[in-house]
Amino acid sequence: MDLFGDYTLRLVALGSGVLGATSGALGSFAYLRRQSLLGDAVSHAALPGIAIAFMLTGSKAPLVMMLGAALAGWAGTLVVRLVVRRSRVPFDSALGIVLAVFFGLGLVLLTHIQKRPDAAQAGLDSFLFGQAASLLRQDVVTMAALGAVALLILALAWKEFKLLSFDPDFAASLGLPVRRLDGLLTLLLVVAIVIGLQTVGVVLMSAMIVAPAAAARQWSRRLAPMVVLAAAIGVFSGVAGSVASSLVPRLPTGPTIVLVLSVVVMGSILAAPQRGLLWRYLRLGRLHRAPDLDPVLMHLYALSLQHADDPDHGHSLAVLRTMSPRDAEVAVALESLADRGLARRTDGGLWAPTPIGRREALKVLEQELDS
Amino acid sequence: MSPELEIVLIAVVTAVAAALPGTYLVLRRTALVSDAISHAILPGIVVAFFLTRDLNSPLLLLAAAATGVLSVVLIEALIRTRLVPEDASIGLVFPALFSIGVILISRYAGDVHLDTDSVLLGELAFAPFDRLMVAGADLGPRALWTMGAVLLLNIVVIGLAWKELKLATVDPGLAALLGFSPVAIHYSLMTLVSITAVGAFDAVGSILVVALMIAPPATAYLLVDRFAPMLWTGAAVAALSAVLGYIAAFVLDVSIAGSMAVACGVFFAMAFFLAPRRGLVAQARRRRTQRLDLSLRMLVVHLLHHQGTAAEAEECRSEGIHQHLRWSEARTRQVLRQAEERHLVERWGELLRATADGTRLAEAALVGEF
Repeated sequence: MDLFGDYTLRLVALGSGVLGATSGALGSFAYLRRQSLLGDAVSHAALPGIAIAFMLTGSKAPLVMMLGAALAGWAGTLVVRLVVRRSRVPFDSALGIVLAVFFGLGLVLLTHIQKRPDAAQAGLDSFLFGQAASLLRQDVVTMAALGAVALLILALAWKEFKLLSFDPDFAASLGLPVRRLDGLLTLLLVVAIVIGLQTVGVVLMSAMIVAPAAAARQWSRRLAPMVVLAAAIGVFSGVAGSVASSLVPRLPTGPTIVLVLSVVVMGSILAAPQRGLLWRYLRLGRLHRAPDLDPVLMHLYALSLQHADDPDHGHSLAVLRTMSPRDAEVAVALESLADRGLARRTDGGLWAPTPIGRREALKVLEQELDS
Repeated sequence: MSPELEIVLIAVVTAVAAALPGTYLVLRRTALVSDAISHAILPGIVVAFFLTRDLNSPLLLLAAAATGVLSVVLIEALIRTRLVPEDASIGLVFPALFSIGVILISRYAGDVHLDTDSVLLGELAFAPFDRLMVAGADLGPRALWTMGAVLLLNIVVIGLAWKELKLATVDPGLAALLGFSPVAIHYSLMTLVSITAVGAFDAVGSILVVALMIAPPATAYLLVDRFAPMLWTGAAVAALSAVLGYIAAFVLDVSIAGSMAVACGVFFAMAFFLAPRRGLVAQARRRRTQRLDLSLRMLVVHLLHHQGTAAEAEECRSEGIHQHLRWSEARTRQVLRQAEERHLVERWGELLRATADGTRLAEAALVGEF
């Protein structure tokens, strides 16, 4: 009993780890390209593919199921692209339509299959909400193989995908086949999603795409570290979630993995250096406790840039007032800035930033640019 | 009333109730918030169910709707940190809330009537069995009353806040400038969406809620250009999808909710291809006309340019003119036929010449261009 439990757990943890790695790495690209919710649409759209694959072949072999799911999911992305390009229906509505309509079709087909006398649909339900405990050795092997291929392609076309994600126009001007690359990257995302359907299910799969990337993004502003970290977070959450759900009775695996991920995301948003909320609060505490100071300091800094050769050049209260909203208490803000050593009064009652104030303004500016 | 008729009635009322706020979601580009809300209400339903032990308690509906609004608050808070983009915020919040709901159900709800399947998929076929009884009198299916109330609420709110909602949707900047709080309007709308999703989850499931909220208004968006017509066209398409979806499900004996979602999709696809002005067919036809128009202009400008010059004999010969225009022979034949039919050019022996009409067209084209 113990041995069996151990074996199952190892299998589930391995499967969840594979899933976490692929969805973390490929999800990073979706996240950066503002396609986070594409994963939601694709995972729902995969359902009819699973049903059709079963109806056509009568087989529940993982490769058949995943192939059907991938084809349907990919068809979903093509429909989204067609609708967005050829009509005025916005991207998010197109996603919603594909999500709900494909899923509805999947339900229709599943209920149709359920009427068949062989009633062999038992394994199909697990795709809806995920049933990690039902993972078999062949499932995990298939997942690992597909995931490895997807990650390999990602590594091979790394440079192209990177360019596509950050500056598609530049990529096109270099003569890269942007549309084909876009299709390939989307296809890899579809593969990552399909790998995870049986473990975490249709509804929660989108979190596996978004959450590792969102967490990793907080810790890095470079692509390669972000992708690696996202994959690592995916693996960690997958393994931790499946271990936790095997230790605690009646704790479903998929939702547990998603909760672990959510905690990691929350922690990252709070604690990540440079960006995190805590960090922001601590470093900018002085400024943030007096919220009106920030913009006035920035204005003062902007004005001082016009006179970079003369650090003593002052600016009048009236000018700073016109730069601020009508009801801002500019004079009070300037006094507090002076108290903190960030601004000083020059001869003739004019105002200039101190060197410390300049540095602080630059830091604020960098942070703005970073976020 | 027969159970079948009751089901259709519930479905139609639900469809219209969902399509009305859905119209605003589609226009405001926040369509997927409906997906988020319809999943995020799960923990609210579960917790309230533990407290009341009654799936039909009004408290449960209120708690669930509050969870829906809470999910919007969380999404907005995440966006405001500026650490996570908007779409990812949606994708982070609702799976987390949904997971909490699923875990609560599987840990504590063991053997009571509450499972994730029914929330997600609904079972419209059972709706007629749940009757609203008052003092022993049967007032009809409870779902009909619930959704009727939701529909009424939606109509009243939209009616009362008509111009505010419209303005905030079409031009949020102007609305804010005129003193209508965009935040208040946003949250009122999200409250409506939450209440609608909660009212509908028991009968039709959250996925169909998404289908009904997005697909019919998007269909209407392809068909009409004004606000009020879009609202009622969307509602009509939703109602029609509900009826046809039910009939199909009845005939084929498959999932009613799934079948209705597919019907929504079929209507959208029809509009996408066949809409009078925006459909793909109309677009293709318009492109063909424009292409022909341009070709005719090019032809007459070419003729006029060389008419009376030394090169006329070469440039304006009807044989071989395709080489000068760099067109295929087939296309040239087609354009020439059209040009002659419209009396824009005429044949002078071997040569082609612009007629008076053709000259006017060429001059207009040149003036229009420069």
